[in-house]
Amino acid sequence: MSNYIKLKRGLNIKLAGEADKTISTLPLPETVAIKPHNFIGVTPKLLVKQGDEVQAGTPLFYDKGNEAVKFCSPVSGEVIEIIRGEKRKLLEVRILADKETTYVDFDRVNPANLTRDAIIQAILNSGVWPFIRQRPFGIIANPREKPKSVFISAFDTNPLAPDNDFIIEQDGEDFETGLDALQKLTDGKVHLNIHADKTALKVFTGAKGVQINTFSGPHPAGNVGVQIHHIDAVNKGEVVWCVYPQDVVVIGRLFNKGRFNASRVIALTGSHVEKPKYYTTIVGGAIKNIIADGGLKNGKNRIISGNVLTGKQISADGYLDFYDTQITVIPEGDEPEFMGWLMPGLSKFSISRSFFSWLTPNKKYDLNTNLHGEERPFVVTGEYEKVFPMDIYPVQLLKSILVEDIELMEKLGIYEVVEEDFALCEFICTSKIESQDIIQRGLELVRKEMG
Amino acid sequence: MKPFRNLLEKIKPNFEKGGKLEKFYPAYNAFETFLFVPGHTAPANGAHVRDAIDLKRTMILVVVSLIPCLLFGMWNVGYQHYRALGIADASFIDNFIFGAIKVMPIVIVSYAVGLGVEFTFAIIRKHQVNEGFLVTGMLIPLILPVDIPLWMVAIATIFAVVIGKEVFGGTGMNILNPALTARVFLFFAYPTKMSGTDVWVNTQVQKGQQVVDGFSGATPLGDAASGFSDKIPGVWQSFVGIIPGSIGETSALACLIGAAILIYTGIGSWRIILSVFVGGFVMATIFNLFGLNTLMQLSPIHHLVLGGFAFGAVFMATDPVTATQTNTGKYMYGFLIGLLAILLRVFNPAYPEGMMLAILFMNVMAPLIDHYVVQANIRRRLKRAKI
Repeated sequence: MSNYIKLKRGLNIKLAGEADKTISTLPLPETVAIKPHNFIGVTPKLLVKQGDEVQAGTPLFYDKGNEAVKFCSPVSGEVIEIIRGEKRKLLEVRILADKETTYVDFDRVNPANLTRDAIIQAILNSGVWPFIRQRPFGIIANPREKPKSVFISAFDTNPLAPDNDFIIEQDGEDFETGLDALQKLTDGKVHLNIHADKTALKVFTGAKGVQINTFSGPHPAGNVGVQIHHIDAVNKGEVVWCVYPQDVVVIGRLFNKGRFNASRVIALTGSHVEKPKYYTTIVGGAIKNIIADGGLKNGKNRIISGNVLTGKQISADGYLDFYDTQITVIPEGDEPEFMGWLMPGLSKFSISRSFFSWLTPNKKYDLNTNLHGEERPFVVTGEYEKVFPMDIYPVQLLKSILVEDIELMEKLGIYEVVEEDFALCEFICTSKIESQDIIQRGLELVRKEMG
Repeated sequence: MKPFRNLLEKIKPNFEKGGKLEKFYPAYNAFETFLFVPGHTAPANGAHVRDAIDLKRTMILVVVSLIPCLLFGMWNVGYQHYRALGIADASFIDNFIFGAIKVMPIVIVSYAVGLGVEFTFAIIRKHQVNEGFLVTGMLIPLILPVDIPLWMVAIATIFAVVIGKEVFGGTGMNILNPALTARVFLFFAYPTKMSGTDVWVNTQVQKGQQVVDGFSGATPLGDAASGFSDKIPGVWQSFVGIIPGSIGETSALACLIGAAILIYTGIGSWRIILSVFVGGFVMATIFNLFGLNTLMQLSPIHHLVLGGFAFGAVFMATDPVTATQTNTGKYMYGFLIGLLAILLRVFNPAYPEGMMLAILFMNVMAPLIDHYVVQANIRRRLKRAKI
């Protein structure tokens, strides 16, 4: 039995700099950093101090709000630096990695033989738990709650996104074990969502014991929030958990090999990368070697951990964010453009046909970070709806957040969205409104209100 | 480009905090961003690339889509003038030049006064000069009769910008369409200059010229309201727009060219444009069934190409700020505008052109329509939760 959901609204942004289908295996990054601000709503309490030796799987800190949720080191080595910001807020825990990783030993068991509680315990103790997140709010799942279903989006429709078919191929066995474990966590279904054209890997299409749903259509069809909305929408008081495919593999490895092995394949992409391709690295790994190997083009570049729609800017000696499987490098666009709003704009990308670039629909664009205008109040209507394939009124929801009306936010569907669902709205906005930032504020307000 | 840039950079410190002309920063900023799309980059979090469109581009495209109406209006002003004087051999160029001489001052006054008010407000209230007036400044001349005194254009523009827009907080916040606010202001303040039979065609005579006997400068709708069914020009002539009326509104053809530009570029809402025409068509058809007077007997298609109906449907009803915001709401909003416009036309003999009032009325009702559309969405969500 398979659901088929056809999405029409959305937009594929065609960018230059897609990753070549080759994986370069680089040595483990020299340093790794875990950044607590990658975990929304977590108040970290440190468990290590500078100079401590850790193994892969040794807890670095835990969440004060939920002590069972531990954050572990993905590598073995020495804690070399603990970086704090204002008011001693913990920003990063950096670890100097050993050449050969030693792992904390966990039990190698078949999750099919374990109870739900035992599986949760195993995942919590090994530091794998943070990979399981929930809707609403997009925060780390609460192990004391029971989700009505679990969602995995097997494909990523973001611009230049890595191809999960290509990445998961070699980890099929661990992926399957991961699915087995996830099935025990819910009384409902585990939904594995595949794309009608993009997904062909047997591991996905032939996955057992899960509900397979087929989606078609442009971005954001791959966003798990959109998928949840169409299959098992989140109402007030309900919880759905979601996991990225590569993180399902991490869960599988825990049970198959008894290790917290968060190594992953990431895509180095973007128009300003000389040789865009795939690399092996680890969660939180320094990106220095990858950037050096891939090579950057001259000029002012912006390096983004993640994709161009939802990622965070990082420096060339920075670290991959916890959940990211992609690095994108694009040129900065800080040059003023003479009469830019009046020019024909053959090389400008727009969802409207207001620039003559509509003459070349298949062109791949080399977009820079320019905003192409100044922020204005909401003027144009109906444009967000073109890229927002949910039965939610995006502008009305944003406005309810601007006036901080929590009741109205609930009514308009705040529980069903997170920042990434508004990324395309932000991209196409004529008034250059920062909708992802507004949504983040709204989610925070509601979360604090609920205590 | 470089000299411009250097000049701007050179004078910029005067306008920045602590500079001599600090107060005038919004004015400086308007000029700077007019010449150069600023090099502002996306923040470190969120979407790092952005669509190339901005409000300036949007507004300039609407102005572009108005050009057919403006050019045709200029020609028609000249044509109607020479026709009234019985000069049959006036060439296309003659007509156009005469019209341009009459129309351009109105356009210039509208833009100069309107932008003056916008800049003043921006400086006083320390906000940026908004692009909305680029369109309003072009719309106002196109919906006025050619013989309007320029000082009236100036007052109406000031009224529209101040009362129609700035008191609400500027572009994006206003309730009524500013251009229609200008027109409605003139209509009720100076009715003799905005209606009747003397204002639509310029009949200024030079030495040796005279208005032909039996000439009437009434608009077709005026004739229809008076029951002169034989004087109403045919559908084709009305569609092309060779009839007396406000400067830019007469040609449904020019409006449709504008509509094509707006819809193809994705700037204008086809939902609204389409449903206004459907609404008008439905109402006119219903009246046809009764056919009690000349206007009721007028065929639906004829109704749609007369007066300001097409112009209002394409350029006024689609103003995104004052229209409904939801897609479902847009159908209802447009349909009701079309319906009301024809209803007013037929039942209000004092003012046969109902489009302006219909749109303004629906501007006021738009938030209510949106409210119910959004409430329906909320109810769907609540219902889903119970199951």
